[in-house]
Amino acid sequence: MNKTINNRAWFLVLPVLLLVAMNAIIPLMTVVNYSLQESFIAGFWDWVGTRHYEEVLGSERFHGALIRQFIFTGIILVIEVPLGVAVALAMPKKGVWASVCLVLMALPLLIPWNVVGAIWNIFALPEIGLLGWGLNELGFDYNYTNQPLAAWFTVVLMDVWHWTSLVVLLAYAGLQSIDEAYYRAAKIDGASRWAVFRFIQLPKLRTVLIIAILLRFIDSFMIYTEPFVLTGGGPGNATTFLSIDLVKAAVGEFNLGIAAAMSIIYFLMTLLVCWLFFTLMNNDRERQS
Amino acid sequence: MAKITLDHIRHAYGPVSSPADYALKELDHVWTDGGAFALLGPSGCGKTTLLNIISGLITPSEGRVLFDDRDVTTLPPEARNIAQVFQFPVVYDTMTVRQNLAFPLKNRGIPKEQIDARVPRILDMLGLSTLADRRAESLTADLKQKISLGRGMVREDVSAILFDEPLTVIDPHLKWQLRAQLKTLHREFGHTMVYVTHDQTEALTFADKVVVMYDGEVVQVGTPQELFERPAHTFVGYFIGSPGMNVLPVTLDGATASLGGETIALPGGARAPAGTKTELGIRPEFVKLGAEGLAFNVTRVDDIGREKIVHGTLGGHPLAAILPEGAEVPAEPRAAFAPEGINIYADSWRVETGA
Repeated sequence: MNKTINNRAWFLVLPVLLLVAMNAIIPLMTVVNYSLQESFIAGFWDWVGTRHYEEVLGSERFHGALIRQFIFTGIILVIEVPLGVAVALAMPKKGVWASVCLVLMALPLLIPWNVVGAIWNIFALPEIGLLGWGLNELGFDYNYTNQPLAAWFTVVLMDVWHWTSLVVLLAYAGLQSIDEAYYRAAKIDGASRWAVFRFIQLPKLRTVLIIAILLRFIDSFMIYTEPFVLTGGGPGNATTFLSIDLVKAAVGEFNLGIAAAMSIIYFLMTLLVCWLFFTLMNNDRERQS
Repeated sequence: MAKITLDHIRHAYGPVSSPADYALKELDHVWTDGGAFALLGPSGCGKTTLLNIISGLITPSEGRVLFDDRDVTTLPPEARNIAQVFQFPVVYDTMTVRQNLAFPLKNRGIPKEQIDARVPRILDMLGLSTLADRRAESLTADLKQKISLGRGMVREDVSAILFDEPLTVIDPHLKWQLRAQLKTLHREFGHTMVYVTHDQTEALTFADKVVVMYDGEVVQVGTPQELFERPAHTFVGYFIGSPGMNVLPVTLDGATASLGGETIALPGGARAPAGTKTELGIRPEFVKLGAEGLAFNVTRVDDIGREKIVHGTLGGHPLAAILPEGAEVPAEPRAAFAPEGINIYADSWRVETGA
């Protein structure tokens, strides 16, 4: 086949290139720029090499935030994925109630994130919030504003409330795409309810669950707004996750070099995890075809 | 293994205000134990409805279904002790081929020694032995459908095995092979088998008895030969055979039928009820082109290798004839009808000819 060489074709790529440059490459390079220099006074730039990175990677504070971040993401994945699948399995397959359930499930996803934080902030207040007051009336000593454990409990509960729906919707879509013949065949083969789940539904949900875990991982890994509004990262540093720590460094302390280095490390971690999942998914697809 | 009795079955999906609302019109048949039956008909003729009634997915609006002498009309599929193979391969992806076949047995608590004896036998018959420990997921659609077939055959005690167009996804050259294997398995194990298809070749090669359905009605139950020689309904004549039976409007007059101005001798007299539409059916195989018979205008000749199919008109009506290998179309052909190939129809249903 003859290829026509026409370099003007590159102009067609230009709009996309500009867009990507504006919202990805230029901001990212700016951050890289900050992370490698000291910009103490406006207009004054001093090359410091990897010093910011060494500082961040060696700091107790960053370790703390990172560990908290992984624990948080781990907990919500362990809760939200099985819970989401369970709810999806329990939802009606068709009819009016299926639509009602879908709308109900979509509701938490439609609420702006800072509003979610505000709702739970008030809901969990020990004196006036239904949850906080209720727990205390039931005899639990609960006050998320000064008990780290209570703060964690509230943040996790809020995230589960907010995001389990996403897993439900994905799993529900995955379940809907399973052909009726599989269920009929399983019935005829005398399969138990558990066997149907284990040998039909779970294998068919595999791809969709990988996507759900990936999305929930990325989203929870950069969680900021809701815990910021709910606890502000406290009490102390108890619920200071990576993003909150990052904003504290950048905006609170105006430590731009350190914050930029944190951003890059943070970015590379997310990238690594995404790549892992992507590879996993591709292998999966290859195996299926 | 069981005899299947369909006792005055009728089914409508919605409310019934006229007989035309029945998706499946009344039928009353007994299907013998160990027989191989094919339900043959075009899409929408009710064959899947009938299969679902037998499998228990649908409870018929009227009538009863009996397996041997047990009334199973209202029982769900899992309580009927049947096996079914679907149009598309249904396999348990995460299991190996062997585990797939053992699954229906395991679920029923069959002892391990029996499973270990039965499964390799089926694997062997289907030619899957070398793949026994492969994961089912990694196999092609053909092989997956073989697994589905195997899961259908694996239980020895089933009342019937139902096949819902199981060879749709299979490559043509493998269809012959699988059909032959099914036939072998049927002979070997003697299960009652019901096979739904719209492919006449599949139906005719698989079944001892073919049930031809048309517009929600069973129009004929018969052996392949009966369907070919004595189609009970013009639809059977048209649907089975390639090309199908020629159907010409005629008026009957005792021992002759007349078409346009010409007369055709009938083998014995035929009498149709007054006021019915009478037709003459003759398969292309029984139309002889030569110097005798009725004037025939040739419009097209299809050479299909072993024989030629001659299309033309006779008194304004389309007619097809088959010329044997090597024969040429005569210069001024006339069409003669072999008496043994003539069937007479009144309002599309066959009437007996003869004295």
